[in-house]
Amino acid sequence: MGETRLMKGNEAIAEAAIRAGCDAYFGYPITPQSEIIEYLASQEPHKRTGMVLLQAESELGAINMVYGAAGTGKKAMTSSSSPGISLMQEGLSYMAGSELPCLVVNIVRGGPGLGTIQPSQADYFQATKGGGHGDYKLIVLAPASVQEMSDFVPLAFDLAFKYRNPVMILSDGVIGQMMEKVELFDQMPRATEFDQTWVTTGKTADRERNIHSSLDLDPARFEKHNHHLQEKYKKIIENEVRFEKIQCDDADYVLVAYGSSSRICQKTQKLAREKGIKAGLLRPITLFPFPYEEIEKLANHVKGFLAVELSAGQMVEDVELAVGKKTRIEFYGRIGGMIPTPTEILTVLEEKYLGG
Amino acid sequence: MNEEIIIAGFGGQGILSMGSILSYSGIIENREVSWMPSYGPEMRGGTANVTVILSSERISSPIINTYDTAILLNQQSLDKFENSVRPGGLLLYDTNGITRHPERTDISIYQVEAAAEAGKMASTKTFNMIVLGAYLKIKPLVKFENVITGLKKTLPERHHHLIPLNEEGLKRGMEIVKEVQLG
Amino acid sequence: MEVKDIIKEENLVFKKTGLLTDKILSYCPGCGHGVAHRIVMEVIEEMGIAEDTIGIAPVGCSVLAYEFMNIDMQQVPHGRAPATATGIKRCWPDKFVFTYQGDGDLAAIGTSETIHACNRGENITIIFINNGIYGMTGGQMAPTTLPGMKSSTTPYGRDVELMGNPIKMTELVAHLPGTYYISRQAVHTPLSVRRAKKAIQKAFETQKQNKGLSFVEIVSNCNSGWKMTPIQANKWMEENMFPFYPLGDIKVDGKIIDK
Repeated sequence: MGETRLMKGNEAIAEAAIRAGCDAYFGYPITPQSEIIEYLASQEPHKRTGMVLLQAESELGAINMVYGAAGTGKKAMTSSSSPGISLMQEGLSYMAGSELPCLVVNIVRGGPGLGTIQPSQADYFQATKGGGHGDYKLIVLAPASVQEMSDFVPLAFDLAFKYRNPVMILSDGVIGQMMEKVELFDQMPRATEFDQTWVTTGKTADRERNIHSSLDLDPARFEKHNHHLQEKYKKIIENEVRFEKIQCDDADYVLVAYGSSSRICQKTQKLAREKGIKAGLLRPITLFPFPYEEIEKLANHVKGFLAVELSAGQMVEDVELAVGKKTRIEFYGRIGGMIPTPTEILTVLEEKYLGG
Repeated sequence: MNEEIIIAGFGGQGILSMGSILSYSGIIENREVSWMPSYGPEMRGGTANVTVILSSERISSPIINTYDTAILLNQQSLDKFENSVRPGGLLLYDTNGITRHPERTDISIYQVEAAAEAGKMASTKTFNMIVLGAYLKIKPLVKFENVITGLKKTLPERHHHLIPLNEEGLKRGMEIVKEVQLG
Repeated sequence: MEVKDIIKEENLVFKKTGLLTDKILSYCPGCGHGVAHRIVMEVIEEMGIAEDTIGIAPVGCSVLAYEFMNIDMQQVPHGRAPATATGIKRCWPDKFVFTYQGDGDLAAIGTSETIHACNRGENITIIFINNGIYGMTGGQMAPTTLPGMKSSTTPYGRDVELMGNPIKMTELVAHLPGTYYISRQAVHTPLSVRRAKKAIQKAFETQKQNKGLSFVEIVSNCNSGWKMTPIQANKWMEENMFPFYPLGDIKVDGKIIDK
């Protein structure tokens, strides 16, 4: 059994990064996630594991430092919050295009614009539908507890390297700022030997030179590259869907929520059951790939879904794609940094489906 | 066992650390815990609050709007959270600076003169420990020695010499807390 | 005499370095990029560091530099080369990392990355090609376009009242404590090529010794963008660019040279 600590979600991510054998963190401070770089700095990771830590001049600088480190086969990561993640979209598009692995943590805050520093889930579209320019996908993980903030860091690196694709941990100020009990996994070694077939560490005599580029001026060849990317995303969809179901089997109504809003909905679901309403909760853990199939299956027997988000309605579009016309879908969202309470959501469920 | 607590007051009163010490003591006793702060401008003065949940089961929502216990340490917090205490619940407050006292009769109300008492001790920083002591006297959810361990875990090493003083604060709080009878 | 009689070892006067690919350069005839590519690669070959060198290609005319430079390379977003180089160098302090950037890339969109990499004293080498114009996109004004100089976005000449002044990045970064060797060179004559190569070599030596950032500007031409013949362009460069961007070392051994 690992070491148990009381930690903020942001701190857990930072500690997990060191323990996962992350080679380099490049970042720029922004609320509500500055604890990540602050915690790393306090740990002097260059002394603990040899991990590189550098505060960049901007989010543009940070993501392109990650791009460089990733090109050399290193486990590199950055973290930011919404406005900073917007600045990183260009770099992420390049990394997806040139198929390089990395971890990007987005502790989402309310937008648009400078918005608010309070929690939000309004970056769902940006995270799951591409974000930057071009046809590409990030693998998106949505932790719902401090424990998952820690556990998803090594998972994210595994997926990033398995598919040579950027992975995003999409969380928000609720999970980032909250403290919970977390059981930390043991220190993993930093990889000193790794697949040399694609890295740019200097061309040696025993291999062809490696180039990382997302550019190709020949449209026929570039179409082929794009098809290759799409094939990869298909594989990810086939193999990597993750979700959690709570009391869905006999449910009349299923709440669909991820991350912080799924925590609030867990309580709503309990309260509903206490009142005799057969409610369940489906929590997507991967947002790309999204658990369309599971939701479609549920649609065959439930009377309705209630998607709950800290947004004006983004994930609900994926729920609609999954359900089609099979059954009813309702949506409830709070926006601008406001957070619904469990009873508030229960009232919505009752009003929409049980006539108040 | 499930206890949902809000602690609210001024930034700088040690509200967040009181919550984390309580949470750590809970972990030592194998409870599930969550500690959810208000964050942002509150970090720089003004009001601060933290929701702490101790439970024997997996905690669902860390964000709630009614509480088993409210520990309220300034007038704004009292005004804001008095009505969020569930019937039968507990409200603990410091009378210092309070002009409108709690009025509910369906909950238990306790007072702790923590600010005044802290003023008599070697450091006023014992304020939050006096409050915590008062709370633990009313609801002994965690063992005293585990609170001390929690204190050690959350306090930076360089402040460990303050632990005996904090221990004294906890004890003082336990001694001076008193129930208020309304109506 | 037939060709086969000429191709003999004793007649060899020039051999292309193996660190340039056989791909035909995409640069316009008369452009300085080709020579600049060659001397950077020659230095890397002569120093025997090719196996440990990673180059960064920018956005601009030299976006395809990786097609010609026969080493491990990474193509990066516009202006971000010094950040990417930082990411690599921090993870691999014993490798050689250089960026190859034009004036739009380095001195406009990438000013922040340039200044901060220089200021942090990253042990990288920046090769900066300054031809005072945006070549790839069709001859628009660059941050280094001279006052009065025509471009497709300054068809009546750069009016500094309206468009601001050209920026001397090389002098600017020389003032930052993280830079150790700074030089401005050209590649339009055999003598200037020899000098430029020497400067590039010194830059990589600086990196080898972990002294801090080394930065070599090459003032170059853009005969297509300037709408001149190659010869006219070189002449115009000597008469107009060099007075504004004087050639020579600017900072040596961490000290700015008094002139």
